[in-house]
Amino acid sequence: EEVADAVKFADESPALTAELLAPTTYDGPFASNGARSERLPDGEEVGHYQGAYKVTEGMLEKFGEKRVIDTPIAEGGFAGLGIGAAMVGLRPIVEFMTWNFSAVAFDQILNNAAKVRQMSGGQYTCPIVFRGPNASARQVGSQHSHAMEHFYTHVPGLKVIAPAFAADAKGLMKTAIRDNNPVLVMESETLYNTKGEVPDDQGPIPFGVANVVRTGKDVTIVAYSRMTHVALEAAEKLANLGVSAEVIDLRTLRPLD
Amino acid sequence: MFSVTLRCLGRQVHQQNKSLAPLFTYSKNGLNTEATFDTKPFKLHKLEEGPATTVTLSRQDALKYYKDMQMIRRMETAAGNLYKEKIIRGFCHLYSGQEACCVGMRASMRSYDAVITAYRAHGWTYIMGVDAVGVLAELTGRSTGCARGKGGSMHMYVKNFYGGNGIVGAQQPLGAGIALALKYQGTDGVCLTLYGDGAANQGQLYEAMNMAQLWKLPVIFICENNGYGMGTSVDRASASTAYYTRGDYVPGIWVDGMDVLAVREATRFAIDHCATGKGPMVMEVVTYRYSGHSMSDPGTSYRSRDEIQEVRQTRDPITGFRERMLSTDLATADELKDIDQNVRQVIDDAVKRAKSDKEIGLDELTADIMSNPIDTRVRGVTAFDTLTHKRIGPAVNS
Repeated sequence: EEVADAVKFADESPALTAELLAPTTYDGPFASNGARSERLPDGEEVGHYQGAYKVTEGMLEKFGEKRVIDTPIAEGGFAGLGIGAAMVGLRPIVEFMTWNFSAVAFDQILNNAAKVRQMSGGQYTCPIVFRGPNASARQVGSQHSHAMEHFYTHVPGLKVIAPAFAADAKGLMKTAIRDNNPVLVMESETLYNTKGEVPDDQGPIPFGVANVVRTGKDVTIVAYSRMTHVALEAAEKLANLGVSAEVIDLRTLRPLD
Repeated sequence: MFSVTLRCLGRQVHQQNKSLAPLFTYSKNGLNTEATFDTKPFKLHKLEEGPATTVTLSRQDALKYYKDMQMIRRMETAAGNLYKEKIIRGFCHLYSGQEACCVGMRASMRSYDAVITAYRAHGWTYIMGVDAVGVLAELTGRSTGCARGKGGSMHMYVKNFYGGNGIVGAQQPLGAGIALALKYQGTDGVCLTLYGDGAANQGQLYEAMNMAQLWKLPVIFICENNGYGMGTSVDRASASTAYYTRGDYVPGIWVDGMDVLAVREATRFAIDHCATGKGPMVMEVVTYRYSGHSMSDPGTSYRSRDEIQEVRQTRDPITGFRERMLSTDLATADELKDIDQNVRQVIDDAVKRAKSDKEIGLDELTADIMSNPIDTRVRGVTAFDTLTHKRIGPAVNS
């Protein structure tokens, strides 16, 4: 009876709104980004080491256990293993179950992946991709809602991408895998269900090139990842008010166009 | 006391007392071509058998190990002096006392085996192929340093030597990853992954050991136990100081790190184990550092001068090895004196180069941040004061 009462109370209680939530977070509505990874490029041409869980459907079957490896829950350790393997010359893709947990591996990314090239006087490079869902999802609490790109974008030696559309996610991922530097791919958990057209022949998309996703002449809105979609909705609303808004999708945060 | 076996031009002569060694001087040049020694027993963890404790040493190898250990000792003395002269700035962690570790290990490595270590990297850098100029000039920040003067004491590199790492405990997963890559590439290469007794308490070591054992990675986790993590003795930092057992499910071996031959044999044993697909191994190499942790540490507040002196007098890796060579007629005192003089000359010349070679220009401050920079302007002290990104050359691994 007590449980039934509790369920009734929960059902009838008002949902937390954005207006209520915003003041409790330091960057409110900008704490979100990402892209769908349902059909991530599978990187046929790469030497392949994959961390965390096999969320990428069919990959294990396609590439086998030598290339697709389930790791223990040890972010610092498996990020380090990937970096070590990259220093030998493999091109690993390391997945964090979410970027929130990369905080445990922050030192490996910051001090080893990002710096080894410069510190070794150019002798060792680190061609590695780290990827995973980033930023707020829905009702997952503050430990699972970090927008980690803000930390990583300011580290020299790292490249950070945050696509908003499926085709960009594929094209940028291809570029990431081919890049000889550590590239961090920030996907958005909340965009994983967003569908989009992906050309069969989608090629690599260069880093550092933003995309004008809506033209306009009165005002420009610059966004990335999930907020690009929000910006497009806002532009639509502005159009109804007679304001012509341009929307620019950054696509890559470092380098910045 | 160790028993000695001598082989003179193919003839084996057994001898119980090393003081009798001078009796056996009838080879062509009056010297033996090889000798056999007993090492201190190895301690084993989860191993049925360990390396042989009877070790054969050729005259040629003996001369090489002696020269290498002397070179490192002398190089470190020179580094200490350069630091005191304020020519070396920044960090400077000396390897003096630990020479038998890297020289012994290198003696059993194949050309394609890899090494990664922590911040006490000078000796390792030398033994992996960088000459004394490359090490000392790196310390003085010259362009002839092995990392163009940008790494310094803790960040030296060369092919198959993955540093020189400054974050205590972060290099062990890298070592396991290097081993993963060696295995993935289909070689039987092994990665020697070194850490100190201090880093033995870092969690990432155990993450790396777990994955290495799960995936049978060819990695030797080597604890260079010199008794102190900075100023904290092993007893004050580790609930268990039997570091060779701390891999739990990973087999381990304890080695006298002051005996270059014991280290060599244990390393050969461990490499065989890893290279034949049996997975990782832990090796604890018990050694001692004569200097403080770094140049700002006199090294006497947490240990006594008597303790240091006693190790120097009774366990010094070079003195002990020298005595073995002389007592078994593997070399003459004059030969060793010649080596010492040659080493002194090489180091003196290297010091001159380390003082006089050119420093890199300011334009290299922002070199090699990326392999293919798109942003060619790099932020300086302020956003309005930018520098240009520059690429020096291709990396060894690309």
